[in-house]
Parts: sequence; structure tokens; C-alpha cells
Amino acid sequence: MGFFLEVLIGGLLAGVLYSLVALGFVLIFKASGVFNFAQGAMVLTAALALVRTLDIAQKEWHWPFWLALVAGFLFAAFVMAIIAWASERLVLRKLVNQEGIILFMATIGMTFFIEGLAQTVFGADVYPLNIGLPKEPIFILESVFDGGILVNELDIWAAVIAGLLVAGLALFFQRTRIGRALRAVADDHAAAQSVGIPLNQIWFIVWLVAGLVALAAGAVWGSKLGVQFSLTLLALKALPVLILGGFTSVPGAIIGGLIIGAGEKLAEVFLGPMMGGGIEIWFAYVLALLFLLVRPQGLFGERIIERV
Amino acid sequence: MGLRKLALLGAAIASAGVIVATAAQAQNEQFIPGLVYRTGAYAPNGIPFADGVRDYITMLNERDGGINGVKITFEECETGYATDRGVECYERLKGKGPTGAAYFSPLSTGITFALTEKAPGDKVPLITMGYGRSESRDGAVFEWNFPLLGTYWTAANVAVQHIAKEIGGLDKLKGKKIALLYHDSPYGKEPIAALEAMSKKYGFEFLPIPVPAPGSEQKSQWLQIRQQRPDYVLLWGWGVMNSAAVTEAGNVNYPRDKMIGVWWSGAEPDVVPAGDKGAGYKALMLQHPAGKSAVYADLEKYVIGPGKSLAKPDEIGSVLYNRGLINSMLGTESIRTAMAKFGNKPMTGEQVRWGIEHLDLTADRIKQLGFEGMIGPIKVSCSDHEGTRLSRVHQWDGKKWNVISDWYTADDSILAPMVKETAAKYATEKKITPRDCSKES
Repeated sequence: MGFFLEVLIGGLLAGVLYSLVALGFVLIFKASGVFNFAQGAMVLTAALALVRTLDIAQKEWHWPFWLALVAGFLFAAFVMAIIAWASERLVLRKLVNQEGIILFMATIGMTFFIEGLAQTVFGADVYPLNIGLPKEPIFILESVFDGGILVNELDIWAAVIAGLLVAGLALFFQRTRIGRALRAVADDHAAAQSVGIPLNQIWFIVWLVAGLVALAAGAVWGSKLGVQFSLTLLALKALPVLILGGFTSVPGAIIGGLIIGAGEKLAEVFLGPMMGGGIEIWFAYVLALLFLLVRPQGLFGERIIERV
Repeated sequence: MGLRKLALLGAAIASAGVIVATAAQAQNEQFIPGLVYRTGAYAPNGIPFADGVRDYITMLNERDGGINGVKITFEECETGYATDRGVECYERLKGKGPTGAAYFSPLSTGITFALTEKAPGDKVPLITMGYGRSESRDGAVFEWNFPLLGTYWTAANVAVQHIAKEIGGLDKLKGKKIALLYHDSPYGKEPIAALEAMSKKYGFEFLPIPVPAPGSEQKSQWLQIRQQRPDYVLLWGWGVMNSAAVTEAGNVNYPRDKMIGVWWSGAEPDVVPAGDKGAGYKALMLQHPAGKSAVYADLEKYVIGPGKSLAKPDEIGSVLYNRGLINSMLGTESIRTAMAKFGNKPMTGEQVRWGIEHLDLTADRIKQLGFEGMIGPIKVSCSDHEGTRLSRVHQWDGKKWNVISDWYTADDSILAPMVKETAAKYATEKKITPRDCSKES
């Protein structure tokens, strides 16, 4: 029982980490109907900008840690703003009113460009990232289970960060003027434009917010693995989360992450040995597809009814 | 003829002369291709290796004018560690240069598997130093494959020998549990056959645990390890999988000094990201350590000093940079061996294959080349394309790798029958008639 709980908790916490990446996808899809394949590349770029600034500020300019950290986050946010601006100005604006698949293909192209540019500018090495998050393992319920239940402090912090992000985004969407404009654009581009909502500005803002979410994901994953190219592959971990949670729901990204995380870990540990192991990657997709059979729009996705 | 026309004619004649001279010069060049990955998930490991390969060749050109007066031309092709792109690079580069590619070093077991089928038809040898198919050391069947310095079966055997030494002898292995945490790919699966054979022979329990590529998320695997409590964990990873494994070992409090990585899991990029959690972790060595041997004096003088190296300062002397140097040294010494038989001119792939098969680097020659302390003597033959079965173990102290063992020699009484059986099976499947090595010269 103790081991089952340990795997379950580990899976839930891993799922939160996937949700951090999935959130960025949801934001852009929600506001523009674009499935931004470049979200993983944005996570990598944000993390690289953060870690390289942190390194240079500390080692070459001898700044204190907190100042270097602030500079690192500010610079990474600035890089995300440039990507948001360039995406809107050079790609999205030219493709307004095109089919969703055209926009999707454009983001695939952007992925390769952003990945290549980020590695050229910031380097392709592995950069250890320390932003002050604790990384030590802790053991809970030691009196109940032999050896206790292992939980990693970094994963708990990731859950806290994800919770804060969701709360912040919910407030942003529901309570601010820009948030309401974003929702209007998401519902109908043309109608939003006709009542004076500046579409280009809104797209820039939503890409910027997605970039900042990518920065949060990059900071947490970078602390866990070191900042390296494989961060861009996290997009693949977020896909089943999106399928399950729905492409337009912020809470869906979190709940989807929890279900996928727990499901894939339990499957790997308890079913994997019977099937030769290494099943968790495809099992996550199987789990998501099973949910789709029941709810095609995902758990929290909007049900789209089109008149024909 | 006006002055302008005369000038144009003169320029044309001069240009033609330059073209003819360049073509003649190009006819006396030896082409060596480089399949590299400087981008993508495995770039942190691919870059220092590629820089080492490149710098040694640059040094030969700058210091000696190439090999026996034959200049080396070198061209890289980016594979991104992807098999399809590796095959594409091979097809593009195999016919380059006056005599075609001298040899290929794919630096990927997946690409090696794909090229093993193509190399015999194209007559281009594959140097797969420390990787590739383990049975390809049988040169009677695998005429064009050269897994120099060590195969994964050699590595698996040495790892078990080291564990036995730590616990007090091979007889103490009985009842122990050894897990293999492996990259779920042809590379990661290679040692399984050897470990299963040794598990039967020595009586230890063998627990294979696959990690789906790229291996950045290993929570479920390490929770299994925490539950199963193996006495040792062998790590067969590459790229991010290695540092993630060392980090997760720290997270579940698995003792790092009970982990032994293969030589592709034992370089600086594999442990640095894990920070303090990496201290104590051990790995096999593809014979050579980190650090600088005598060859670095000439590298500094001809390549690094004059700014002709692409390597960053912290790469120089690292494990994978040294491995790149050794890869080029073995390749170019094979070309030199071939030239001793066929003459000082650019060698064809077929002639280089002969050269690799007759490579005999004694301790004296290794010292002369500036690699003393890096590798032991190696003698390749028709029946033995591996050339040596030596390895050592080094340990990461949190800052640097330290050699902690003496030399081990893999136990061929276990490996040789496996090689023979598997190679024979491959020959039957592919309808290959094995060569009679006693008749080869």
C-alpha cells in the first residue's frame, strides 16, 4: 500500500510538471485557436536565457545571487516578449483568417527556427540551473509505512508554482479588461475586431503570457534536469495532457496533468514489468484517447457545435 | 588583340592553371567524413567528441601535412543522432574525395545498425569505437565493422568483474541483485544478452529496467529501484538520460557509489547537471581518462593556440574530447598502416579496411603518438575486430573524474562463444559466407 501511494503521489507531482508546459498551449489555443507547436521550444529558450544570464551575472560580473536571479528572469521575459512580438508581426499577422492547420504548420516551422536560434545564441551545452528551489528528497508517513513515502521538495514547489499560475491566470482572464478581450477574441475574431478590440495587440499579449508560463516551466524543469535541449521535447509530454484536459481549459490542463501523471506512473510500475517495461510514453496517449471516447472535447474543453 | 582582351586571356590562363593545380592537389587528398551531432538532445555529448575528432585531424594537417604527405580533407555532416539523417549523411559523403570516404564513425548504435547493411556493398569500413553490434567484433562475418577498443559485452563483463571485486570475489555475486537501467533503444539493449549469460553463470538476479527515450523523466523507474533495492545499478544511458538518472538516484537516496555507468554514461555532461548528487557515481572507461596526455603539446601548438579549434576551454581535456582524439588517431593510424602496404597516396575504403584489420599499436607506438596512459596496446586481426578487451573504472568526486581501478580484461571464455553464435546466426540470416581468417593476410 505504501509503495502504491508513493507511486501515486510521485505521478501526481510529475503530472503537475507536465501541466506547467500544457498551460502555455492552452493559453494560445484559447485566445487564438492556434495550436502552438513551438511551446516546447519557448520553454527551452526561456530557460536558456535565464540560466545564461544568471551564470554571466554571477561568474563574470560578480553580482549577488538575488540580483543575478532578478536580472535572469527579466532578461528571459524580455526574450519571450521578442518572440511574442516576432510571432505576431512576422507569422500570425500574415496568416490571419487562414485555416487552423496552416497556422499549426507555421508553428512547426517556428519550432525549428526558435530551437536553432536559441542554441546558436546561448549554446548547446547542459547548464545546471539553481534558482534557489530546494531539491532534497523528504520522507513522509515514516511511522505508517516502512521507509516512508518519498516526495521531492522540488516537485512540491512545482505544484505550488502551478497553483499560483492557475490562480493568476484565472484572475487575469476573469477580472481584467485585457482578459475579457482575450476571451472575446477566442470566441470570435471577426466579432471582437468589429467592436474595436485590437486583434494584433491581443495576440501579442497572449503569446507573451504563454512565454512567461514557458519561463516558469523552464525554470522548474531546468532546476530538475539542467537546462538542455531535451526541454523542448517536453511538448510531447504535454500533448496527452491537452487531449485529456481539453485545449481551452486552464483547470483542464492541471486536472489532465494529474490524471496523466498518475496514470502513466502507475501503469509503468505495475503493468510495465508484465509488458517488457518502457510503456509510460504510449500509455499516456492511450489513457487520453480512452477519455476522448467518452468526452471528445476533453474533460473540460468547450463542446463545439457547428451548424451545417 | 587589345590590351583588355590580352589581360582577360592572361587571367583565364592563370585561373585555369589554378584550377588544374587545385584539382591535382585535391587528387592527392584523403577524405574523412564526420557524422556529428552538434544540435539536438544529444549535442552536449556530441560536441566535445566532434571537436576532438576534428582537432586531431587539423593537427596532423598542420604539423605533418597530413598522413605521409597526403593531406586530409574533412567534412562534417549533422545527424542529430537520428538514424535516418545519419544514413542520409552517409549516402552524401561516401563518394566524396578522390578515393571516396576512408571510413565512417557514426557515433550512434542505431546508425551503425543501418550502415552495417550498406557498408559491404559500398566498400567503406565502419569504425564504431566502443559501440555498435557486439558480435561485429567477429571479422569473419562482419568484414567492414570495427568496434575498436571495446564492445558493450566487454563493458558488461568488466562491470560485473568490478562489482565482484568490490564485494570480495565472483563467488559473492550469487544471490545479489543487479539492475540494468537502460535507454530503450538498440544501444541500451545491447548488454542484456551478456548480463543474462553472466547472471546464469554467477547466480545473481538480473533486473532490466527500460527508460523510454530521451529519458528526461525517470520517476517510475527509480521508484521501482527504491522498492526492489538492487545491490548495484548499471546505467546504459546517453545524453539527458544519464544526468537525469544520477539526479533521480540522489532523489531516492540510492547510493551513487553502487551505480556503474557504461563508458557512454561516464563523461562530464552526465554528472555536472546533477550537482552534488553526482558525487560518488562510477563509470567504466573506454580505456582513457579525462585529462591531458603528451599529444596535447602539439594540439596546443598547432590547433588550440592558433585558434583553429572549435572547442571551448572547458571541453579541452574532457572525457569525450579525448575520445574524439583517440577515434581520429585510430582511424588515421589505420590509413597509415594501409599506406605502408599500398603506397603513400589517398587510400580507398577497401584499402583502409585492410589497414584497420592490420592495425597494431604497441605501447611504444602509442607513446610516440602522445597517447601514453590513454589506451593500452591494440592489435586488430581478421578474427578480432575489437582489438583489445581492456577497461578501467573512474569515479566522479563532484568536481572531476578520478581513476579508481586497475585495468580489467573481459573474460573471453564467456564472451567468445556468444560472439561466435550470434555472428553465425547473423551470417545465416543475411546469407553471408564467413571468411576463413586463417587464409587472410
